[in-house]
Amino acid sequence: MRLTSHPLVCRDAVELMSDYIEGALSRKNRRRLERHLAECPHCTEYLAQMKFTIAASGSVGPDDLEPEALDEIVDLFRRFREDPDQST
Amino acid sequence: MNSPSTTKCVTDHVGVEIVGDYHWRVDDAELLARICKGDEKAFTELVRRYNSSLVRVARYYVNSEASAEDVAQDTWVAALRQAHKFEGRSSVKTWLFRILVNRARTAGMKEHRSIPVDPTGSADGGLTNRFDGGGVWSDPPAPFTDTIESSILNERVIGLVRNAIAKLPEPQQAVVTLRDVEGLSTAEVAALLELSEANVRVILHRGRARVRDEVEANVKGGGS
Repeated sequence: MRLTSHPLVCRDAVELMSDYIEGALSRKNRRRLERHLAECPHCTEYLAQMKFTIAASGSVGPDDLEPEALDEIVDLFRRFREDPDQST
Repeated sequence: MNSPSTTKCVTDHVGVEIVGDYHWRVDDAELLARICKGDEKAFTELVRRYNSSLVRVARYYVNSEASAEDVAQDTWVAALRQAHKFEGRSSVKTWLFRILVNRARTAGMKEHRSIPVDPTGSADGGLTNRFDGGGVWSDPPAPFTDTIESSILNERVIGLVRNAIAKLPEPQQAVVTLRDVEGLSTAEVAALLELSEANVRVILHRGRARVRDEVEANVKGGGS
């Protein structure tokens, strides 16, 4: 077996996952990580969970605004329409 | 002009809303154009889409949730004033966040807020004790993607993620909100927050790790 670079341990692999998903890893580190993932089911699971979490974040959508808070902001709009120079 | 006849009121997480006979599958630029013509419903919809993220990002710069809400309100007024000048060189979303960050930064200075600029100083995810001395998992990640109806993102997971993001430290909350919730690019996030892209990626990593930890903890401990 020929090792071309220092192999990763799980603790270090986890640190590279977000950049791996972002496509921001160097070629060398991407290869090291992929080599590690090929042999480590736990890190593979962690990577799947990270991707899953990111997808869920993209589906979070806006929080529901309290009706009073929304009214307050819409009131800003009405004041602006009435007098664009005076509204603050 | 198409005018759906439904009177149902439905809102889903991608911002599709049907109110009265007004169907809001309308993009942000169209909403802004309608706002310029005085359309209050268009304004309300834009507020509904972005106010919570504006408040989250503002929180990075100011001392309290109340101040962050004030900054978001100021942002809406500024957006109304500047709407007619919007040229579409960036997305409406990026334009709004740019207005917000300028205002939040000024508000933060008035409050003498010190912004944590060293992302590596933030606490890490909760994995520290989960590896043995050799760096190998001693407490491996509990599988949860299979537990939750394969890869279907259900309301429960989305709720867990929403709560987890709300609990993140401010820099992570701002970066995760802009990058993962709102979908801005890393370069856009870096430019907005005046951070290097490398620092954005470090903060993003820590934020994502914490959100994952939180979902795992809930799924492990909470059942379904």
